[in-house]
Amino acid sequence: MPLDRPTLTHLQRLEAESIDILREAAAESERPVMLYSIGKDSSVMLHLARKAFFPSRAPFPLLHVDTTWKFRDMYAMRERAARESGMQLIVHKNPEAEALGINPFDHGSAKHTDMWKTQGLKQALDLYRFDLAFGGARRDEEKSRAKERVFSFRSAQHQWDPKNQRPELWRLYNTRKNAGESIRVFPLSNWTELDIWQYIYLEDIPIVPLYLAAERPVVERDGMLIMVDDERFPLAAGEKLQRRSVRFRTLGCYPLSGAIESTANTLPQIIREMLLATTTERQGRLIDHDASASMEKKKAEGYF
Amino acid sequence: MNAAVLPPDRALIENDIEQYLRAHENKSLLRFITCGSVDDGKSTLIGRMLFDAKALLDDQLSALEADSKRVGTQGDDLDFALLVDGLSAEREQGITIDVAYRFFSTEKRKFIVADTPGHEQYTRNMITGASTADLAVILIDARKGVLTQTRRHSYLVSLVGIRHVVLAINKLDLVGYSQQRFDEIDREYRAFIERLNGSIEQVTSIPLSALRGDNISEASANTPWYTGPSLLEFLEDVPISASTVVAPLRMPVQWVNRPNLDFRGYSGRILGGAVKPGDAVRVLPSGKTSTVARIVSLDGDKAQAIEGESVTLTLADEIDISRGDVICAAQEPAGLADQFEATIAWMSEEAMLPGRSYLVKIGASTVGASISKPKYVVEVNTLDRLVAKTLNVNEVGVCTLTLDRAVAFDPYAENRDMGSFIVIDRLNNHTIAAGTLHFALRRSQNIHWQALEVDKSARARLNGHKPCVLWLTGLSGSGKSTIANLVERKLHALGVRTYLLDGDNVRHGLNKDLGFTAADRIENIRRIGEVAKLMVDAGLVVITAFISPFRSERKLARDMVNQGEFFEIFVDTPLAVVEARDPKGLYKKARRGELKNFTGIDSPYEAPEAPELHIETQKLSAEAAADAIFVHLRRRGCLDSIK
Repeated sequence: MPLDRPTLTHLQRLEAESIDILREAAAESERPVMLYSIGKDSSVMLHLARKAFFPSRAPFPLLHVDTTWKFRDMYAMRERAARESGMQLIVHKNPEAEALGINPFDHGSAKHTDMWKTQGLKQALDLYRFDLAFGGARRDEEKSRAKERVFSFRSAQHQWDPKNQRPELWRLYNTRKNAGESIRVFPLSNWTELDIWQYIYLEDIPIVPLYLAAERPVVERDGMLIMVDDERFPLAAGEKLQRRSVRFRTLGCYPLSGAIESTANTLPQIIREMLLATTTERQGRLIDHDASASMEKKKAEGYF
Repeated sequence: MNAAVLPPDRALIENDIEQYLRAHENKSLLRFITCGSVDDGKSTLIGRMLFDAKALLDDQLSALEADSKRVGTQGDDLDFALLVDGLSAEREQGITIDVAYRFFSTEKRKFIVADTPGHEQYTRNMITGASTADLAVILIDARKGVLTQTRRHSYLVSLVGIRHVVLAINKLDLVGYSQQRFDEIDREYRAFIERLNGSIEQVTSIPLSALRGDNISEASANTPWYTGPSLLEFLEDVPISASTVVAPLRMPVQWVNRPNLDFRGYSGRILGGAVKPGDAVRVLPSGKTSTVARIVSLDGDKAQAIEGESVTLTLADEIDISRGDVICAAQEPAGLADQFEATIAWMSEEAMLPGRSYLVKIGASTVGASISKPKYVVEVNTLDRLVAKTLNVNEVGVCTLTLDRAVAFDPYAENRDMGSFIVIDRLNNHTIAAGTLHFALRRSQNIHWQALEVDKSARARLNGHKPCVLWLTGLSGSGKSTIANLVERKLHALGVRTYLLDGDNVRHGLNKDLGFTAADRIENIRRIGEVAKLMVDAGLVVITAFISPFRSERKLARDMVNQGEFFEIFVDTPLAVVEARDPKGLYKKARRGELKNFTGIDSPYEAPEAPELHIETQKLSAEAAADAIFVHLRRRGCLDSIK
């Protein structure tokens, strides 16, 4: 009897590939960790990790490099994710940034991001001697990401050398590292923003409610709508707090995350808006605006 | 015709998003690579495809407009190449230096494009891009025709097993959209492909101008003589290569899933065939058989799983399976061999050294390997087979590959994932070559029928503890032997089976023919490593106390046993201290020149960079050091069943 060979859909192929990467990396490293940023990509990555190792718990902890400036909804989601996955959650706050009271208002977004995120991440990786860290970056996010390997090696100083990457062939990942080197692994490399949303929808993965539209207190600043999430937000002269129906395409530190006006309050609705939208998701992040090669520069310096 | 292709169905998205999502969910995926010589216009072509497929958003377009004005090469027009040339280094040089992956989708399909460089020294990137591709788009500059690089890329594409090639004859605007020129190039290319004898079954030539947008998404008025599909139309409709034969089950075990004593599952990706509960399986290399009990997943047990899926299986019988083993269909198991004829593409600036010990990763196994002198090297322009002593960077040759143990495999032509491998340098850990297996030269098939019943894990069970190597390294007089003796006494008292290898029982017997030159020291450690490996196989906790001054030999010893079985313990006493102690008067002799090649004096000691344990003897007594080693073993689960 001739067999009608079933094949996997696009999303099934992506899921299988990501699980494959998670397992391979975990099996071949001594002290792996998953960077968990609470955003939608992290949520998908965490969900895939649960699938990859079920019925075992994923054999690594979650690490959140906290800036103390995330949305309150994000902190709530972080605790829920740790509880539901049963995985250990490590929260690291750069003590230096804490002591200096680094914040986006007085120190600017560049310094804020560098101190809390870039330096904070390096500190945490060194402190816990993690030799492999999973990250949720996708190749479609940004031009310099398009050339990133799935297994990306960093020097002992956490530096990335784009000219000296190992070739990745078939599904054979060379995970052997030299003394002092660490590996960043990106299981979502081949996912697009649409894939992420569609997968969240299909698998019913919990996400921070800020992705869905609701009436929220915002101010207009530098052409962006910024949500006033707590009392630390100083209003400038002439700025007026307004309540508008908004949602976020990407989440980070609340004073640096631009909201978009929207009434899309279901997943299909936000996917619809995304497909009809005309700007890329990273535009909502203030940190990318400095110069066109900025992400590559940040990566060379050790930003994830 | 092309209206059915583009633009994406805005109306459906606007009016019935759920319907759109259902349609989108069932799209297929085509992965393809683009390759060509420098300046053939690859980046421009991809940029143009993204543009025509409406994959660009407003902010990307405005960034492109700004960049085009600033650094573009097209005057006031958009320079599409800037979309794709992501890294600033290459923007400055004006060339693409790496593989970049791009994503776009049309109504029928999603695409992942690997943009691969044309620069000769970056051939490794092209093979990388091709290894996961279903199809190749090879660019040709209509003014230049078929070049050396075109031949090289086509050869590599056929080597990697790609069956469909699109010959994108670009820059046709610069030859006046000449049909004659197009036909000439098409003929020349097909004549070349004839001689490849490779996998390329279908060549489709399309006349293009990526810069002007001719025949990218729709038929161009500039080429009325061309009646075939546009590039995007072709990519949407070409059948995705999938072998038509139903392949037998292959699943390399990546991870043994043991959440508790009652569950033992095997996690891995199905690289061939399908599986369902009740299927008879054979596990390689042991050859043991069982049947599949369950396919376990977070969403509940599954009734079956197919090629490409990542799954967790449980078996009806408790048999010993570890990472790297391959679960196969019982009636059609993979081959098992340790010597092969293979095609190898060399990617490192450092030439291949026949006979040197490399690592090879195949499936989920990493094994020691050596490569013979090439039988021949392929000259890619003429496809002539040339005699060669080695493989240099970017050379492709056929060699004999010998592994230090038998692995499960299928010929590459039958199963890409079961027949492909990478070669890793033992010292710097770089991926230095990639290869495909043709066939086994020496088979170990009898093992299929008779599994070795008493193995390492059986012995470990009998002993009640796992075997391992405690490798103490440090200067002469640092306290290695004292600590090693204390550790052994402690373990022995608890009923752990141990053996201490030190200078006394090795130098006088096994290694009495060896002196203290660098070469002899290397051989000394190699033999000790081999003996330790045998003892680990016998289930013992082996303690070694040798200076073992060189990193590479300690690494060699480490690589002889499984991951997690080797504990490098750095007994760290500064030279000044051991020299002051000098219990045997050796340092004095060495200083006087009476002892040659003495470590620390006239022969180097390479301190471990990442030992499992670092013992500073100035801070810890020998007793405390032995305790620290013991505690480490406990933590690492080596003594789990020892009270």
